[in-house]
Amino acid sequence: MQGRSELGVALFLLALGVLIVIEALRLPANPGQRGPVGPAAVPIVVGALLVVTSAFLAKDVLAGGRGEPEAGEDVDLSRGSDWRTVLLLAAAFLANVVLIERIGWPISGAILFFGCAFALGSRHIVRDIIIAFALSIGTWYLFDVGLGVDLPVGLLRGIL
Amino acid sequence: MDALGDLANGFATALTPVNLFWAFLGVLMGTAIGVLPGIGPAMTVALLLPITYGLDPTAAFIMFAGIYYGGMYGGSTTSILLNTPGESAAVVTAIEGNKMARRGLAAQALATAAIGSFVAGTIGTLLVVLLSPLIVDLAVQLGAPDYFAVMVLAFIAVTTVLGASRVRGFASLLLGLTLGLVGIDQVSGQQRLTFGVGQLADGIDVVVVAVGLFALGEALWIAAHLRHATAQVIPTGPARMGREEFARSWKPWLRGTGIGFPFGAVPAGGAEVPTFLSYVTEKKLSKHPEEFGHGAIEGVAGPEATNNASAAGGFVPLLTLGLPVTATAAVMLAAFQQYGIQPGPLLLENEPELVWALLASLFIGNTMLLVLNLPLAPIWAKLLTIPRPLLYAGILFFASLGAYAVNGTIVDLLVLFVIGLLGFMMRRYGLPVVPAVIGVILGPRAEVQLRRALQISDGQISGLFNTWFSITIYVIVALVLLWPLINRFIIRRFRRRPEHEVHVGHAHPLAELAEEIAEEPTGEPTGPSSEQRKPRSIR
Repeated sequence: MQGRSELGVALFLLALGVLIVIEALRLPANPGQRGPVGPAAVPIVVGALLVVTSAFLAKDVLAGGRGEPEAGEDVDLSRGSDWRTVLLLAAAFLANVVLIERIGWPISGAILFFGCAFALGSRHIVRDIIIAFALSIGTWYLFDVGLGVDLPVGLLRGIL
Repeated sequence: MDALGDLANGFATALTPVNLFWAFLGVLMGTAIGVLPGIGPAMTVALLLPITYGLDPTAAFIMFAGIYYGGMYGGSTTSILLNTPGESAAVVTAIEGNKMARRGLAAQALATAAIGSFVAGTIGTLLVVLLSPLIVDLAVQLGAPDYFAVMVLAFIAVTTVLGASRVRGFASLLLGLTLGLVGIDQVSGQQRLTFGVGQLADGIDVVVVAVGLFALGEALWIAAHLRHATAQVIPTGPARMGREEFARSWKPWLRGTGIGFPFGAVPAGGAEVPTFLSYVTEKKLSKHPEEFGHGAIEGVAGPEATNNASAAGGFVPLLTLGLPVTATAAVMLAAFQQYGIQPGPLLLENEPELVWALLASLFIGNTMLLVLNLPLAPIWAKLLTIPRPLLYAGILFFASLGAYAVNGTIVDLLVLFVIGLLGFMMRRYGLPVVPAVIGVILGPRAEVQLRRALQISDGQISGLFNTWFSITIYVIVALVLLWPLINRFIIRRFRRRPEHEVHVGHAHPLAELAEEIAEEPTGEPTGPSSEQRKPRSIR
């Protein structure tokens, strides 16, 4: 079962390699090209190496080789992947992408933080909402006002 | 002695109250973030990059000096006080350090780590100061083929030395090179792999790649496997050590510095191999070899000093050649590029004030770390108990903030998301992340050098190795490629149990090996008698 998904990695590398080579070959010829090596050469080499690497990886997997999942302080590899949490995190992340320029970072950032904390199993709703807004408003002041890095203020324009 | 005069000027810049404040802030934030579990030094630097956007380059790099060493030290605190090590270079420290902590010697383990880091960092930085001008003199004479050769060496070293599987290392490197290709070709001005998306024409921002692979990928990966049992943090008082511990530590500190610095200064793929070498050396030389595996202070002092000396050594190729050899150095390079500064042989000439202020700040940051960390150890230990949902929510929050703040466009957030998924996949299938980051950063520059070299030679492939320097480098590349074979042979000789249970929590086979050596019965280290004791007859 795991072997099959590992072959998926080889397939991904293969597809990526082929894509890069095709894209490189489609580059228009450039009459003003300087030097013997054009813009297509390096992508073709990288794409070809990806194809070769995918073949070696497939060979390794078929011979029983397995990539070792990364361990860490908070990582428990004894159980399967918790896809529900990952999907909820992705949703919180993408919500911020959609909302940041519409309603501004002070609110979208708070939604991002709260959504992630909730997805990861925190149920201290009130505490988390307070922390979320403290972080998003605090970072907005720090970056936009303090450091001069633009962050959209959105709905709270005039209030902050 | 010229270098020392320049360094004095650097101190003059760095010791102004404002810059001291930035250094202090960097040390404090670097340590605090670095202590947090799941956050290694590279992620610390990547997450804190946006904070420096509003600063002028000198202040920003002074702050970075503090973040750099702070993040390193924070990582070793984590591995001593938590039962599983996080980033790979601290793995060896964790073997003895965590056992010391469990024996009630947490304060001593933290103290030897802190003082050892200080000693190694200070000597290492001094060596950087003395060596860099000499190497710059050499480096200005290098041409395009030489630079290309050095970059090939960096690619090969980082893919073959790190991680257990070379084919997966190469896959990671190629993924990085692919990301580096996106955007307008620097030579011809044609768009490559942009698929008509205008915002990709400038290429994918290196900060976005680093934050995506390190922060977002890591957070998603941990979220999928979050350990629900609460981690056991070993309580500690202020870090301190007595006369006996000091007597047992100072030689390992110096030896560790000697082992670590050269490994950091040449592109040899990070601190894992030297920390392992230091560990084995200390076990061989120790008067208390029986304590190894049960919390021997030498086994913390040596590898910890090695780790820091190697981090300091990494500044030599970074500042003189623009060549990052570790993930953290790669993120530092990204920070340089953010300011339009190209590290390389001309850096010392063009930006002397910045470079010498940076080097002076490394000394200052190191000293501040020592002063801060001995008394603050109990507070850092408290950080380890932060609720995990808040910790990883915070990582996603700051990752999004950082990626958006680079250019102020949501395209970067979408790219961040895709790269985060890529980082997740790489962790799931054992592809090391560091080669990809090195590939993104060095790939475009290697291409420029390659094309320049071939332009000079009018397309003759011999133009790539027509200097003694490039030939030497390619010989080293060949040796590095053969090294894993030799290495594997050595591991097989050391290995006592042909098949052993998988140690969850070890990022590197060397760490497993070190643990086996730690458990090894002591006495005469090698020789026929120990050969006979091997419990080989299990099979």
